[in-house]
Parts: sequence; structure tokens; C-alpha cells
Amino acid sequence: MSEANILPTASPAEADVERPLRRLVRMYAESRVALFGLALLLVVILAALFAPWLAPQNPYDLMQLDMLDGRLPPGSASGDGRLTYLLGTDEQGRDMLSAILYGLRISVGVGVVATLMALAIGMALGLAAGYFGGRFDAILMRIADIQLSFPSILVAMILLALFGQGIDKIVIALVAAQWAYYARTTRSAALVEGRKEYIEAARLLGLSTPRILFRHLLPNCLPPLIVVAALQVAAAIALEATLSFLGLGLPVTEPSLGLLIANGFQYLYSGRYWISVFPGVALLLLILAINLVADQLRDVLNPRLQSQ
Amino acid sequence: MTLFILRRMLQAFNVLFVMSLLVFAGVYAIGNPLDLLVDPNATAEDMARAAASLGLDQPLWAQYARFLGNALQGDLGNSFIHGVPALGLIVERLPATLELAVVAMLIAVLLGIPLGLWAGLRPDSWSGRTIMAGSILGFSLPTFWVGLMLIMVFAVQLGWLPASGRGPTAEVLGVPISLLTADGWRHLLLPAANLALFKLSLIIRLTRSGTREALLQDYVKFARAKGLSNARVVGVHVLKNILIPIVTVVGLEFGSLIAFSVVTESIFAWPGMGKLLLDSITQLDRPVVVAYLLLVVTLYVVINLAVDLLYAALDPRVRLAGASQ
Repeated sequence: MSEANILPTASPAEADVERPLRRLVRMYAESRVALFGLALLLVVILAALFAPWLAPQNPYDLMQLDMLDGRLPPGSASGDGRLTYLLGTDEQGRDMLSAILYGLRISVGVGVVATLMALAIGMALGLAAGYFGGRFDAILMRIADIQLSFPSILVAMILLALFGQGIDKIVIALVAAQWAYYARTTRSAALVEGRKEYIEAARLLGLSTPRILFRHLLPNCLPPLIVVAALQVAAAIALEATLSFLGLGLPVTEPSLGLLIANGFQYLYSGRYWISVFPGVALLLLILAINLVADQLRDVLNPRLQSQ
Repeated sequence: MTLFILRRMLQAFNVLFVMSLLVFAGVYAIGNPLDLLVDPNATAEDMARAAASLGLDQPLWAQYARFLGNALQGDLGNSFIHGVPALGLIVERLPATLELAVVAMLIAVLLGIPLGLWAGLRPDSWSGRTIMAGSILGFSLPTFWVGLMLIMVFAVQLGWLPASGRGPTAEVLGVPISLLTADGWRHLLLPAANLALFKLSLIIRLTRSGTREALLQDYVKFARAKGLSNARVVGVHVLKNILIPIVTVVGLEFGSLIAFSVVTESIFAWPGMGKLLLDSITQLDRPVVVAYLLLVVTLYVVINLAVDLLYAALDPRVRLAGASQ
């Protein structure tokens, strides 16, 4: 029953809500690496959110670019002397720092949107499968099993190759590649929780099925889902970057980090490392920060470790 | 056992059937198949002949039956760009991809098991922690990013190894293989290392956790109590018992190596199936894309089936669980 009290959404009116939450915060703060990851993640997300205000120039506005400033190494001053290219420029004279900040915005946005959509779909299907069981459950889990036996990059490539490219297509591909993780996690949590007394009590009280599912069962299935979702955001961002790098993902007009890296790839051979390497470092920090946070969340939200 | 095999084979055929439906829907049902399947430069007569030969006047189920029938005979249409059968084009590239995947898997296994054993035997030591930290990095770094770094360090900065292409090959039974020439090896090393990294991390983790669990088992304590040398306890008693899950994973992950080789082949310009797929997608060479997808999914299903059957043969518990469902 320990998980029943973890989330305040389960029972917002009760008086002892504050205590478990504070315990979670304390347990999370026990690891310095995890705190570092959280700080790093906050910095990266804030940088992505406020990119238009932080970036020295708008990398999509061709009027602001000067072709004569192309392929300048980091720290060079621009031709008109108005700004310094801290991370160098690409072949079109675009400030790499600005391009990275805007690219980060797209990578984070696509990753988070796709994860939330996959979470919503997988959660609804998994909850229904776990609670109702029967034929629906058997068919759904068989589909999930089969899909999970293929690597997500293959699933996404198949969809993108068949249906074409674009930001909506890549989100659909990411959702299709990941919904099964959530469906499976929710189902197994719902199976365990659904047998507990409080669900039976809710049923005996005559509550409606949607109310039992969403107000009682779902909040108690959330802890493992949060962990899976945190890990899958990183996977979604890495997958999107890979697909964009391969030229299967986002259109060139609004480059995500993966496309920036791909654009700089050809200059790697001539020693102009910054066009490819700095977007790569940004991608790396983003994925690393999410993984560090997710790792600690897994330990904190694991009921078996809590009792110790 | 027979029932189990039949059940699994039926499931495999189901997957292939669904996949063929999906591909059919993608190519034939959405949009005008003539735009996709006929060269855009074709004349009006060619278009009319193609429409008739594709049977577009037939109902949808008849079109699907025709597509499936042709696919089963290995006829997936001709490539627009190269003008030869699409399937043949892909099969031609298969040895290069398989070679890359096999060498990558060998690297992962031959390095991963010793490193995982070491980390499992000394979990708190400096070296054990370093190995684990490395494997976490190997998990979270995207493959294409590692490939870029390998090129930058080993090909551009140090100049030790070539950055792209496949080296000279020697023919064995008509199949070109680059493993037999020294320069072929030099070309193979970076892409294979790149492809191996993720699986290497996986095998290190599996071996380490398996070793740590095995060390606590009674049979290991008993072997120690008998006075066997440490090398024998680890090399025979521990290793033998952790090999079963590792063998399974190696089998299952081989298919995903082939899928992931698209990324590595594109970075290192390795002339395999994955590179062909990407080129075909950008050149809108639909028949080749369709042929690749069907071939890789078939490969994948066959590998999964083989591993499942092998595992059931080795471990009776799996069959029993399957039969009782």
C-alpha cells in the first residue's frame, strides 16, 4: 500500500500528503550526480524555452546571416563587428550558438510532445487491458509483444519511408514506436493494483467505471509510468536526432540538433569540427541529463527500495 | 514441442502477413500507385500499360492478392534508378551488411563478456566502476554521434584508419568478403566498433549482473569449499551459468544490429543494404524501399523464431509456459 500515498493526486484532501512528497524530494537529493543531472536538465530546458531571447541572432532569418562570415572558427568576430560567434558559424554564416539554441527547442519539443502522446495512448490502452482483461487484453498485449520485438528505429523508419517526412509524420512515427512500452507498463501496474482492496471498496461503493479507472486506479499506476516516460523522453529525442541525421526526419527549414550535426558532417574531414561537434555536445548533455534524472527517479519511486 | 513450434511459426506468419498489408496500404492504397511505382518520366502509353499490368481496375482485395503473389515469388518490381529487380539489388548488398553485423557482434561478445566478468567480480573497485560508467555512456550516446567522434579522432586527427567506404574484397564462393585483406580490415574496424558499442554495453551489463548473482549461489560456494582454484570457479562454474541469457540476447540483438546498420553505413559510406535504403528513400526509388522493408522484417521474424525455438530446445520451462497458455 505504500505507493497509494506517494502522489498527492491520489488524495489531495488528506493531511499527510505533504510528508511523502517531501520524503521523495529528500531521497532524490541524496545523490549528488542526480542533483547535477536535474540542474543540467533545468539549464538545458530553460535555454530551449528562452532561445529567442538568448540567441544572438535568429538563425532562420536569412536577412540576418552574412555569407562572408561562413565557416568561421569559434570566437571569431562577425564581419560587421557587431557580435562574436562564440561557437563559430556554419557554411551560411549562421551563428552556431543561435542554431543550437533553436535546434534544442525543436528537439525537446518533438521529444516531449511525442512522449506525452504515446503516454496518453499507451496508458489508456494498458489501463483498459489490465482492468478488464479478457480478449481485448490478450490481443493488445500480443500486438505490443510483436512490436516490441522490433527495434524502435526500424518501426519508425518503416513508417517514415512509407508515409513521407515532416514534423507531424515524425511525431506519429515516434508515438507508434513507443506506445507499447507504456501500454505494457500500465497494464502490469493495473493488474497488481486492480486486485487490491481499495479498488474493490470503490466498486462496492457503486462508483462508475471511469471514476474507478481514472481517479483510483490510474494515480496508483503512475510511479512506474513516470520512470518509463522519463527514460523514453531521452530515447525519443535520440531517435528523432538519428532520423533527422539520416535525412528522414524534420524538414531542413527548421533544423533540429540531429540535422545540424548532419549538416556539419562533411566539414569534419577538413578540420572544421565546430559545425558538427557543438550541436552534438548539446544533444549529449540533454540526453545525459534526462538519463541521470530518470535513473534516480527509478530508485526513488521503487516501492521495494522505499521500505529499506 | 511440436505444438510449440507450430504455434510460434503461425505467429511468425501472422507478423509477416500484417507487415505485407501495411506495406501494401502504404504503397498502393494511399495516393496514386502509378505515381509511386512508375517512373515519373514515363509516357502516357507506358502509364496505361503499367495501370493494366498492375491490375488497378480490380477490387482492392484482388490487387492485394496479386501483390502478395508476386512478393512470394520474389518479384517486388524493378528499381527506377538502376532498372534491375529491386530484390536482387538488395541481396547483392547483403554480404557487406552481414559482414559488418557479424564483426560488430564478435567485438561486443569478445570484449563484453571479459569486461562484464571483471566488473562483476570487483563491483566496488575503481576498474569495475569505470567499466560500468563506460557502459552507461555507451547506452545513452546516440550511435551516429559516436560514429562522428570515431571519424574525427581516428580518421581526421590521428589519421590511423580510413573514414569511409569498404576496402578491397576477396571472393569466397562468389561472395565478396573484406575480412581476407589487411586493408579490408582497416576499413571495417571503425564502422564495426561503432555498431558494436551499444551491444557491448548491453553485454557488459548482462554479464556483470549475472556474475554477481551467480557468485551468491550455493553451487559457487560449494565449488569454493571443494578448494577449486578461483580461475576454475569463475571460468567454468560461473561463466557456464551466465552464458544462457547472453546467448539469447546475442541471437535476438543480431536482428537489431542489421536494422541499426542503416545509421553506421550512412556515416561510414559502407556499401550495404542500409545505405541503399537511405539512397533509395532520397531518390524516391519506391520498389527498393518496399523490398528492403519486407526483406528485413522477414529476416527479423526468422531470427526471432530461430532463437525462440533454440531457447525452447535448451530450456524446457519455456515450452511448458508456452503450452499452458
